[in-house]
Amino acid sequence: MTAVVRYSRPAVVLHWLLALLIFVAFPLGLYMHELPLSPDKLKLYSYHKWIGITILLLASLRAAWRLTHTPPPLPDSIPGWQRRASQVVHGLLYLLIFAIPLSGWLMSSAKGFQTVWFGVLPLPDLIGKDKGVGEALAEAHEALNFTMLGLVVLHVGAALKHHFIERQPFLQRMGLGRKERA
Amino acid sequence: MNRSLTVLAMFAVLAAPVANAVEYRTVLPAQSTVGFEFRQMGVPVKGSFRRFTPQLRFDPARPEAASAQIEIDIASIDAGSPEANEESAGRLWFDRNAYPHAQFVSSRIRPLGNSRYEMHGTITIKGRRREVVVPVIFVPGKNAASFQGAFTLKRLDFGVGEGMWADVATVANEVQVRFRIAASGN
Repeated sequence: MTAVVRYSRPAVVLHWLLALLIFVAFPLGLYMHELPLSPDKLKLYSYHKWIGITILLLASLRAAWRLTHTPPPLPDSIPGWQRRASQVVHGLLYLLIFAIPLSGWLMSSAKGFQTVWFGVLPLPDLIGKDKGVGEALAEAHEALNFTMLGLVVLHVGAALKHHFIERQPFLQRMGLGRKERA
Repeated sequence: MNRSLTVLAMFAVLAAPVANAVEYRTVLPAQSTVGFEFRQMGVPVKGSFRRFTPQLRFDPARPEAASAQIEIDIASIDAGSPEANEESAGRLWFDRNAYPHAQFVSSRIRPLGNSRYEMHGTITIKGRRREVVVPVIFVPGKNAASFQGAFTLKRLDFGVGEGMWADVATVANEVQVRFRIAASGN
């Protein structure tokens, strides 16, 4: 197999943009949560929320693109159970790029802080201020994030295994490396 | 018939000036609120004080003679979140142990017409005094009247939010104060 099948350029750009934002927002969330109250903490919370809403927006674009475009087929060598596992993991990751920012947005509302995207665009509070609901959403946000962490480990691990161990051009599928294999 | 009308008319004549001369001076705390709103990273945050002691005397017929003052218990703050309530007591914010109360004392009241007034006075927060002009709307009710208004003050004028908190890009300098004080004439 010499020809490399790739995702379309918009799918590739959206994939890596989301990956980058998630890799910033996740550790930022863990870090800021432990800080004592300070102006820096307020700033980091805002940045985290702005990134989260941006992820939600890009996730919508991405889902719309995915629903209207067929991804490149997997190589024939991939066994059936791995294809099914891949579908499940991708499905859950799609779900989480919506569920995680949404749970954060709702949590912010429940804790009494409206989300104002980039300090300019106020998003509506979909639920009212409520201490109990706020705490429950904080738990949910955390649980969803650690679920995503596990899935991302599987996702990246699988891609690397196919690419480096099985010597399939997997990283090229997502736009890495040259277009044609030597 | 004629006689009872006359009696009624006499009552009406007697009662009219009395009704006009109600002096509102008994504050109804349960119907009164003192709140504020400020912006934090562009996000509007509402807060309030649950305990305050207002005193006022107001006769709509003689507004120049009116006076008002209020003492606010800093410990009763709701600054939007438990974390902020705790932080606000500290030395950089209200320094609650040294300055447990904030205060407003009116100096004079100027009628603007149409139940609107301009109340001049002094606000003291954290030991710092500032002259302010507060617009007040008088809303008469059946058994009680309310005095409502809103004005903006700058927190840094009072040293509220010093040191690292003096950065107004994070927590805005402007704080809008909103109040509604209900009082009866009894």
